[in-house]
Amino acid sequence: MSGFGSVTLGHFLSLGAVLFALSVIGIFLNRKNLIVLLMAIELMLLAVNTNFVAFSHYLGDMHGQVFVFFILTVAAAESAIGLAILVVLFRNRESIDVDELDELKG
Amino acid sequence: MNTITALFYVFSAVLLFAAFRVITSRTAVVAALYLVLAFFSAACVWMLLRAEFLAITLVLVYVGAVMVLFLFVVMMLDINVGEMREGFWKHFPLAALVGVVIALEMAAVLLGGFNLSEAPAPSAAALRLGNTKMLGIEMYTTYVYPLQIAAVLLLVAIIAAIALTLRRRKDSKFIDPSQQVRVRKADRLRIVKLAPTVESPAPPAGDRP
Repeated sequence: MSGFGSVTLGHFLSLGAVLFALSVIGIFLNRKNLIVLLMAIELMLLAVNTNFVAFSHYLGDMHGQVFVFFILTVAAAESAIGLAILVVLFRNRESIDVDELDELKG
Repeated sequence: MNTITALFYVFSAVLLFAAFRVITSRTAVVAALYLVLAFFSAACVWMLLRAEFLAITLVLVYVGAVMVLFLFVVMMLDINVGEMREGFWKHFPLAALVGVVIALEMAAVLLGGFNLSEAPAPSAAALRLGNTKMLGIEMYTTYVYPLQIAAVLLLVAIIAAIALTLRRRKDSKFIDPSQQVRVRKADRLRIVKLAPTVESPAPPAGDRP
């Protein structure tokens, strides 16, 4: 460890890890609110993307950034469809409480 | 402690604070606004990693499009906040335990194992072309087929989002022109055969006895 002097790859990876852990805590805490759950998933993707960018920079490899680009595409599609499902759900059930969504018993 | 290190700690602190507020804020609107701050700080961190194109894309796509979508949905839905918050702190000990364990494990592995402090010196091509052009070259040569698939994926997402939320109001009155054109006489006009009713003439008054 080079200490406090300069930023290493480990610093960026730790930042991603802490961000990921925070979003996991968020998923635990906001068990009822579907919108905040979606936001926590977005934060998780952000943490993963930060890891990709950090590795891409420190290893001098461009492919990591291309992968981040594709992850951004998929994340945008995911949030658009997720919010559409949320709107339809609210229209039908008048609620976005995860605990009440138990009709699809599997 | 050089400038990049100081900036890294500042941006990381803002990012983690914003993420913490996202998961603990009382209303969804506040959470969405803090998520904007989180994405913006993350874009700044990516700038430190010399990924300029991705940083700007993050701001444009997320802050510009996705977060506005989130805000619209949050404002459209009428959510009872108090009900949503009940049982919020019940799961906190478990959640904090899991989160702290994840963070400590990862930090223990990462800070010890990945102390690359110097990025390799950028190649002559990278210096000449810059990040955006390098990314473009990589994307449009090596990754051209995945790019097409990503484009199709976005198209499917557009269609899916519209198809999910499109609905015809049940109480609105409308005319279907194709049905209107195809109408025949038989659909509108019905000729009913009725037995003729002949009004019998009133008997003359003089016949009465």
